[in-house]
Amino acid sequence: MNCVYFVPAFPLLGFLINGLLALTLKSQPEEKIPGKSLVSWIGCGSIGLSFLTSIAILFELLALPEGERVVQKFAFTWILSGNFHINIGFLLDPLSSVMIAVVSGVGFFIHLYSTGYMAHDRGYARYFSYLNLFTFFMLTLVLSNNFLLLYLGWEGVGLCSYLLIGFWYEKKSAADAGKKAFIVNRIGDFGFALGVMLIFWTFGTLNYTDVFESAPNILSLGGGLVTAITLLLFMGATGKSAQIPLYVWLPDAMEGPTPVSALIHAATMVTAGVYMVARCHALFLLAPVSMAVVAIVGAVTAVYAASIGLFQNDIKRVLAYSTISQLGYMFLACGVGAFASGIFHLMTHAFFKALLFLGAGAVMHSLAGELNMQKMGNLKKYMPTTFWCFLCATLAISGIPLFSGFFSKDEILWKAYSSPHGHFLLWLIGVITAGMTAFYMFRLFFLTFLGKSRVDPQIKDHIHEAPKAMTIPLIILAFLSLIGGYVGIPYSLGGKNRFERFLSPVFGETSAESALTLHSPSSEYLLMIVSIVIVLIGIFIAHQLYIQNPETPKKLAERFKTPYRIIFNKYYVDEFYSMMIVKPVINFALFLWKIIDVQIIDGIANGIASLTKWAGELFRRTETGYLRNYALSLIFGAILILSYFLFK
Amino acid sequence: MSMVPLSSYLILSAVLFTIGVLGVLVRRNILIIFMSIELMLNAVNLALVAFSREFGSADGQVVVFLVMTVAAAEAAVGLAIIICLFRNRKSVNVDDLNLMKW
Repeated sequence: MNCVYFVPAFPLLGFLINGLLALTLKSQPEEKIPGKSLVSWIGCGSIGLSFLTSIAILFELLALPEGERVVQKFAFTWILSGNFHINIGFLLDPLSSVMIAVVSGVGFFIHLYSTGYMAHDRGYARYFSYLNLFTFFMLTLVLSNNFLLLYLGWEGVGLCSYLLIGFWYEKKSAADAGKKAFIVNRIGDFGFALGVMLIFWTFGTLNYTDVFESAPNILSLGGGLVTAITLLLFMGATGKSAQIPLYVWLPDAMEGPTPVSALIHAATMVTAGVYMVARCHALFLLAPVSMAVVAIVGAVTAVYAASIGLFQNDIKRVLAYSTISQLGYMFLACGVGAFASGIFHLMTHAFFKALLFLGAGAVMHSLAGELNMQKMGNLKKYMPTTFWCFLCATLAISGIPLFSGFFSKDEILWKAYSSPHGHFLLWLIGVITAGMTAFYMFRLFFLTFLGKSRVDPQIKDHIHEAPKAMTIPLIILAFLSLIGGYVGIPYSLGGKNRFERFLSPVFGETSAESALTLHSPSSEYLLMIVSIVIVLIGIFIAHQLYIQNPETPKKLAERFKTPYRIIFNKYYVDEFYSMMIVKPVINFALFLWKIIDVQIIDGIANGIASLTKWAGELFRRTETGYLRNYALSLIFGAILILSYFLFK
Repeated sequence: MSMVPLSSYLILSAVLFTIGVLGVLVRRNILIIFMSIELMLNAVNLALVAFSREFGSADGQVVVFLVMTVAAAEAAVGLAIIICLFRNRKSVNVDDLNLMKW
């Protein structure tokens, strides 16, 4: 257990070394990238070691008896001021051990993939140092044992997302997307910071164990204070995990290199919000209002983002909206009290979403950066490995039985219906989203890999399978997407739901058994069959529209012009935000600049200067240079003083 | 032998001082101005000595010694400056020495 320090330490070390290398090894364009193999070894090696350590810790934790699987490690005191005492300390429990394994594992494969994907980029060392820093902050975030260290990681991943989304900063759109991600995240972080302060104000400590243990005594169930705390924390989660209303940064984050998208969407960053809500479940469970808000925001985001994903043509944007939608599922799970299911879906989603992005990256790589799915098609012939891996991920995300996504998604849907916090409508929204997910994922799949080739003739000749460094991570992730669900087979399907059992020391014996007693397994089977049928319908429609009758989508788009256009333009939310928030803020800033600063503040400073200058112009006329004048004024002065004393 | 009254000394002193002031104001030659300043100093000396005798106190005479010392030092420094000035500008007319102005 002592090796837990190494988990974040390795990536930090990798960041420092690679960062120094990036500063010293300046490469010229057209030239070979210097020190490339060294950078690759350090970049992948550090995170690989971190991954191995995480796995070792996970097994060590599994070897302990169930009740003792919580270990606290204190490194050193960070801040000590009065009764404000913060340690750099790590909390190892089933939740954080699963998180570090997922983060470092998926992160490692993405690093490995990047060595192939970024092979010809000039900022190679810089790229890897950022990736390592990103992973470091995420590992700190999930390992922390107090809210302040969590906040450090929280802000750190925000910073790294800014750096990586704007990695190609010569491109204006990339630089803008980076700024957008950072600013939107800041809005959420503002709420999160307030929440953390409110926790300190209420409890006088920021340690998880102290806060969660004393929460039921200090806070009343459903009280205003706990509702305020949890809603503020959730505001941070909506920013970081891209939920309504702060989801707008995530689709734009596609401007970064594709492996970065994979890292942001799968392993780091967006899962932070879900993790945080799950970590604070003790607080959330005390605030039924906040739970309802979490569930509703999650469900609405899920169906809303899925609907945008239906008609996008940019392959990465479809995936981005699908991430938002899947994150909505996770929040839906948390909102109905099924935290373990949320984390389960987080894990399976990490596998298949990383795979989807890396697969999309491989497609882009061979098509010279083409993103438009209308200009792809029939890539199966050229890229068989990518094709099969992508198929696995698509089946998994659609929730086809036996693939990982099925188990996690179905559990969420079941909990949304059966849990005491759940509701039939939440389940209905979830199922509709599942159908939409299946539709847009298979649409993407059919348009990209099957059907007739619509590739530009110019680049058609050099379509090629991705290099080994890229296909190996794809294959491993495809394997994980296949089997990742088997750790959590529900009781009703004859499984033991080991995953939920493993997490139960953290979340308590949740609804698994109690739900079974409330609802008969037959209703669970029924719901399962309904969702499978809806998923199959979604796939069938996609097949009809994009394989059998490729002309129909255009006709339908013509026919339902207005709704199509609204959805295609993402409900004009970006435009709405720009008009309602961005423009007024910019105008206010302009007012402060042009009027307050330039005219008033500068006016005062310049006015004093010119007044002094004017007075100087006036009085220098007395300096004639003639001695007599000076002597005369002297004497006049003397006479004046004397006469004052004489005649007073 | 009748005592000369204090007022006579003071009138003489005032006359001398006024001559000095007028000299400083109206003359152009820097040497004359310099001498006029000396005249003013000595007018003050006269007044001080007269008061000293009138009130039977040595304080006034002490100040006179101080003034004479200062005047001697001033004369030394002042004349040195005037010589330098003359060597540089070939003139002792103060109206020619009006560079320090706006």
